[in-house]
Amino acid sequence: MAPAAAARLTALACDHETEALGVRPMVAVDRVTKRFKVRARPGEPDTMVALDGVSFDVREGELVSLLGASGCGKTTLLRILAGLVPLDDGSVVVQGVPVKAPRRDLCMVFQNFGLLPWRSVMDNICFPLELDGMGRAKREQVAARYIEIVGLDGFERHYPHELSGGMQQRVGIARALTRKPLVLLMDEPFAALDAQTRETLQEDFLRIWKDLRTTVIFVTHSIDEALVMSDRVMIFTPRPGRLRRIVESPLGVDRVDRDVRALPEFARYRQEIRQMLRETP
Amino acid sequence: MSEAPLQAPGAVRARTTAWVLPWLKAHPNVLRISAVIVFFVYWEWAARGMSPLFMASPSAIFKAAWIITANGELPKAFIASMWPFALGLLLSIVGGIILGVLIAQFWFLEYILDPFLNALYAIPRVALVPLIILWAGLETTGKVTILVSIAIFPVIINTYSGIKDVRGSLLEIGKAYGATDRQIFTKIILPASVPYIMAGVRLAVGLAIIGMIVAEFFTAINGLGGLIVNYANSFATAKLFVPIIVIGLLGVGLTEFVMWLERRLSRWRTLERERF
Repeated sequence: MAPAAAARLTALACDHETEALGVRPMVAVDRVTKRFKVRARPGEPDTMVALDGVSFDVREGELVSLLGASGCGKTTLLRILAGLVPLDDGSVVVQGVPVKAPRRDLCMVFQNFGLLPWRSVMDNICFPLELDGMGRAKREQVAARYIEIVGLDGFERHYPHELSGGMQQRVGIARALTRKPLVLLMDEPFAALDAQTRETLQEDFLRIWKDLRTTVIFVTHSIDEALVMSDRVMIFTPRPGRLRRIVESPLGVDRVDRDVRALPEFARYRQEIRQMLRETP
Repeated sequence: MSEAPLQAPGAVRARTTAWVLPWLKAHPNVLRISAVIVFFVYWEWAARGMSPLFMASPSAIFKAAWIITANGELPKAFIASMWPFALGLLLSIVGGIILGVLIAQFWFLEYILDPFLNALYAIPRVALVPLIILWAGLETTGKVTILVSIAIFPVIINTYSGIKDVRGSLLEIGKAYGATDRQIFTKIILPASVPYIMAGVRLAVGLAIIGMIVAEFFTAINGLGGLIVNYANSFATAKLFVPIIVIGLLGVGLTEFVMWLERRLSRWRTLERERF
């Protein structure tokens, strides 16, 4: 092959990277639109566009965050990805299969932890496997592994109300991991925690993610969190909810086990993203 | 002369009473038991000066209890009461939970049953007793029907509101993890409403005892309620007290048991409430 043609091909591959290389993206969000009915005064539109033609791909093993102010549709998009909310237009495809309803291979981590208060840590973590009809001995064996991964050994018989917020969210993460999901969907998982606990959980979660290489879509309203956590940041702007820019993180996989907040790039990126979020579309 | 400053005359007394009240407050049983002892002593003393037709002394009641236990009257009545009581309470709890679940889960059943349940709940059930006896008779069927008609309502109402009050966020956990409707019901809705249901059961126990006595007053054939009516009619005042005390003890014992069970099953809820 001529060098020029090869170069052109490389350029093409960069543009439509995943398609050109024949690798299907793990998650393909294509022109997703969602409208909500709202109560309006006569003469004003009675629909609110929560998401307006949002498209992006997520590669396998990638950690992507959806960043934006409240009301920008990021949580709605995550709920659409989870199959909890139907979309009005466009499509969401995960590993070649459109998402129409909740799927066993897409697992959710909730902002307020979403634990069942009458179940022990062990029984909460086993919940998805119990729904799948797995026997008790088997599912507790699977759960034990994730209890160790999230660092909750010794707390199996505790109840959620006996745990701190950080530990409760570790339960939430372990529960989501037990099904070995294709994509982990996280809805502002650390927003309800105090600053110190949040940083610890961010670091610990990054380590877990690096070991397991699960694809993660992570909703946050914190620029710092998005930069620390993700490979790419999807920046959303509200009214109507649009995907404004996709920013590659400057920090790479090296961000794991490192205090990236101290890097000069970190401050520069944070400033840029803050600017983008402020600009009126 | 001592160098201690002169004390005011009331100071010594003030210091001795200073520890008494906190000590009594820290040991509640001291006052409780003393009050009960004083009450019984006064009762014994007062009753001895009164006609035994109107008032019986504690010692006379104790003697009467011994007599009617030994001659088999009390045990027989107790067993005669317990069988319809147990059956009626069981039916109230099981039937109340089933009805509560059905009307909470199926809107058409709720709409259909609503007027009837509201009407029945609004009528004092005692007013229905003659009708129930007319239809169901004076025997076990009649007694159980009267008892259930009184005791079932708190179970239905609490089960219903327990299910209706399950937080949407809890249901969403089930949905997000792909639970079937049946799994959402058995693994989320039902456990989440257990504290409500148990509160309903506790109320039902108290009402079931009332129902049992009311049923036996009207049928007046046997049982503890029957004993009360018979002793009252023959002015056997000392004996009259015995079934009343037995019913009181039964009520306290059963309610304590249900409350213990309630605390065990709803522990997560009280603790959760303390936290938030």
